[in-house]
Amino acid sequence: MSTIEQLRERFIAKKASATELAREAIARAKKHADLNAFITLDEVGALKAAAAVDAQRPEGPLAGVPVAVKDLFMQDGTRTTAGSKILGDHVAAYDATTVQKLRAAGAVIIGKLNMDEFAMGSSNENSAFGPVKNPWDQARTAGGSSGGSAAAVAARIVPGTLGTDTGGSIREPAAFSGIVGMKPTYGRVSRYGVIAFASSLDQVGPFATTVTDTAHLLAAIAGHDPKDSTSADRPVPAYARGLEDGVKGVRLGVPKEYFTDGIAPDVRRAVDAAIAVYQKLGATLVDVSLPHTEHAIAAYYLLCTAEASSNLARYDGVRYGLSKGREAGLAPMYDRTRSEGFGDEVKRRVLLGTYVLSAGYYDAYYLKAQKVRTLIVRDFQKAHEQCDALITPTVPFTAFALGEKTQDPLQMYLADVFTVSCNMAGLPGVSLPCGFDAKGLPIGLQLLGKAFDEHALLRIARAYERETSWHERTPPGVA
Amino acid sequence: MEWQTVIGLEVHAQLSTQTKLFCRCATTFGKAANENTCPVCLALPGALPALNAHAVELAVKAAIALGCDVQRESVFARKNYFYPDLPKGYQISQYERPYAVGGGLTLDSGKHVRLVRIHMEEDAGKNVHAGTSHSLVDYNRACTPLIEIVSEPDLRGAEEAGEYLKRLRQILMALEVCDGNMEEGSFRCDVNVSVNRPGEKLGTRVELKNINSFKFIGQAIEYEVQRQRELIEGGGKVVQETRLYDAEAKTTRSMRSKEDAHDYRYFPDPDLPPLVIDAALLDRLRREAPELPHAKKKRYVEQLGLPPYDAGVLTDDRHIAAFFEATIALGADPKAASNWIMGEVLRSLDDKGAGALALKPAQLAELIALIKDGVISGKIAKDIFSDLLDGSQMPKAIVDQKGLVQVSDTGAIDAAVAQVIAANSKQVEGYKAGNEKLLGFFVGQVMKAMGGKANPTLVNEALKRALG
Repeated sequence: MSTIEQLRERFIAKKASATELAREAIARAKKHADLNAFITLDEVGALKAAAAVDAQRPEGPLAGVPVAVKDLFMQDGTRTTAGSKILGDHVAAYDATTVQKLRAAGAVIIGKLNMDEFAMGSSNENSAFGPVKNPWDQARTAGGSSGGSAAAVAARIVPGTLGTDTGGSIREPAAFSGIVGMKPTYGRVSRYGVIAFASSLDQVGPFATTVTDTAHLLAAIAGHDPKDSTSADRPVPAYARGLEDGVKGVRLGVPKEYFTDGIAPDVRRAVDAAIAVYQKLGATLVDVSLPHTEHAIAAYYLLCTAEASSNLARYDGVRYGLSKGREAGLAPMYDRTRSEGFGDEVKRRVLLGTYVLSAGYYDAYYLKAQKVRTLIVRDFQKAHEQCDALITPTVPFTAFALGEKTQDPLQMYLADVFTVSCNMAGLPGVSLPCGFDAKGLPIGLQLLGKAFDEHALLRIARAYERETSWHERTPPGVA
Repeated sequence: MEWQTVIGLEVHAQLSTQTKLFCRCATTFGKAANENTCPVCLALPGALPALNAHAVELAVKAAIALGCDVQRESVFARKNYFYPDLPKGYQISQYERPYAVGGGLTLDSGKHVRLVRIHMEEDAGKNVHAGTSHSLVDYNRACTPLIEIVSEPDLRGAEEAGEYLKRLRQILMALEVCDGNMEEGSFRCDVNVSVNRPGEKLGTRVELKNINSFKFIGQAIEYEVQRQRELIEGGGKVVQETRLYDAEAKTTRSMRSKEDAHDYRYFPDPDLPPLVIDAALLDRLRREAPELPHAKKKRYVEQLGLPPYDAGVLTDDRHIAAFFEATIALGADPKAASNWIMGEVLRSLDDKGAGALALKPAQLAELIALIKDGVISGKIAKDIFSDLLDGSQMPKAIVDQKGLVQVSDTGAIDAAVAQVIAANSKQVEGYKAGNEKLLGFFVGQVMKAMGGKANPTLVNEALKRALG
């Protein structure tokens, strides 16, 4: 398999048609069907779209390139499930803005990727369609919630995918799968047509095998969308340009709260080594502090569940999706549709969120969590006054075994400990490969940037990538 | 012992926008079910709201006219509850931070009714109960823009409540913020009613929901006040609850008690940034604010010398007021214009709204001038009025064409008078014997002889002379 740049090159030079590239990707998807990365492999739709691309000969940044999107993105005429039984048969009636943008850039979408139900989870074990397996070790999780998006790229089925990141759902699976995953600044990419989990935290972002490909994908999907009132009306830089400019004089902040005893020794060693690489490349290190980090997980789970409890109210059995118990009346219909349609983790979060917003508890939970959020925003503002980006591990550990944490939701939530703050502050973050542990599992390095400064983040990431070869390694059995 | 009735009103007025509050669907009434819908107002997965700027302007216009304090920043909130006509499972409204607070309006008695607030929100769809086996839902109305105008409990009876509502509706219509159509639900209200003994603390209030005519609002209040009084006098207690008015039975019945009330779990809608109404917009809308009906009425009385009744009729409808002002601007005497408008013009409208009036102010002004100048009589003017209604012909042209110019030639009039006197000697005797009422008979005869075109003043004078 090749990178986005290489595939586009083949298409532009007419060495391969979009149809051929799509066929190859579909064949790889079938070969790796055991990973369970796709909920819907849309062979017919993909070949039709590829034929259109071949007829039009676009020259955009993704011209002729096969990609896939998390099954949370509405794609007109294609089944879109959010990994849930409640939308198990739902066929999208319109396109997400990002889906339109991928097409406009010349890409061919070959299918919809597996995920934790409604993007709630860190291991993809909450999918109604079964867990995604990690290409590096099929007994392990590929991470979540965008597990399919990460595995499809790690297994080199497609060179790029889109996912969403609410508390780490792009960066954690990218780290577990040994690839690059970026969560842009809140508002950088339109959320229109992307099924909502927690509206104030959700953000669409790309997965790829290289930093440069990540930049191409981001450039294709970023920008203002009048249909998303929270999208930012600011120009989109040419993200793929200037990536080789290096890090000389760049100040990297090392937040002490992210280097605690809870980090697996192999992860700690790899991240320390990465920091040393940056020093060697001419970056300066600054010790910084994000003092409210310890409250981030608690506040995050109050806010995201509160928003989710409201966002998921529309799945009521009235207009679309699963509908049970209609004959028994309105209340039984709501009861049965939602009881049978939602999985355990979604129910847990809807119940928690409903409680958080209830009269008498709102101030103690929702409002207090919002105050914590403000403090976290200020932590980052202060830290970023001293440095250009923060450098941390993405996750304290490597991919865990499937089934290992499913009985203990709180342990599962701790997988997000280094990723949620970035969502709370609305800032951009990227995870990139920085080594392997003793078991041969990938380790992720996280860089957290200033608002709308994705370009700097990509340049800093690229400097490390150029100096190392972790990103060139592929999982066993993957060419 | 005496009772006091205390009423507060929550009025929902639909803003007269072309499109819905958070999507581009049309707001046209009466379309086939679910024709005016899209992913946003059907709440398809992934759809997001985008605020209609025109709706904000209309809402601000209303707030300015009602003297509210328009907030620079306000917040849309989600009101969460399950119902089939509410596609998202929540209504986007404003809760803790509405866009307008305070304000009020003054009744004819001089009493000032204070407003608590006005907030913007989206309407729900409509459940259609199709027999006993199932119900259908029409989402055409879902997401149409509303403002909710909440009054303080300042009203003291059904009559005051009625006047307040009529005044409010008149203002919103004059501003073209709301079409005021109660049958289509563009203007509807919930009533909070309680009774107490004057000087004692307020009684427990009962909310009466969604009553769609002035008549029913009055009836519902009267019934409810009576019910509460009898309940308390009989030793009972009023329960805080929501009741529905049954227009056929003319009673109210319990819908839900306070205990069953929803916990709406309001929280700021994360899909919408705070609404910022900047000073420039506010200034522009303030400058453009039209004169309100009651200010206009006052001006008509004080500056134009119209009787208050006339001024009230003319200012009740903005189209009529505009027509009147255009007519007098062309030189017509205000009282003459007022008489014509209150009489012939309004009569010609039947049930049609004044917006449908094809008659031009220039036609009426010319007609009035023709009478004033003695070119035609008032009677001829009334005769040709129906020919003016389609707006195509000027009165002078009709008068010329039909040869209706009034005869003021005293020679011709004297000749006709002589003829009439000669032919009616019996009546002449009667008149001379003191039956002065017969003068009308002679006038009629002369007018008849002259085809109705004689100048009535000159005919009168000539007859008096001849019979003198």
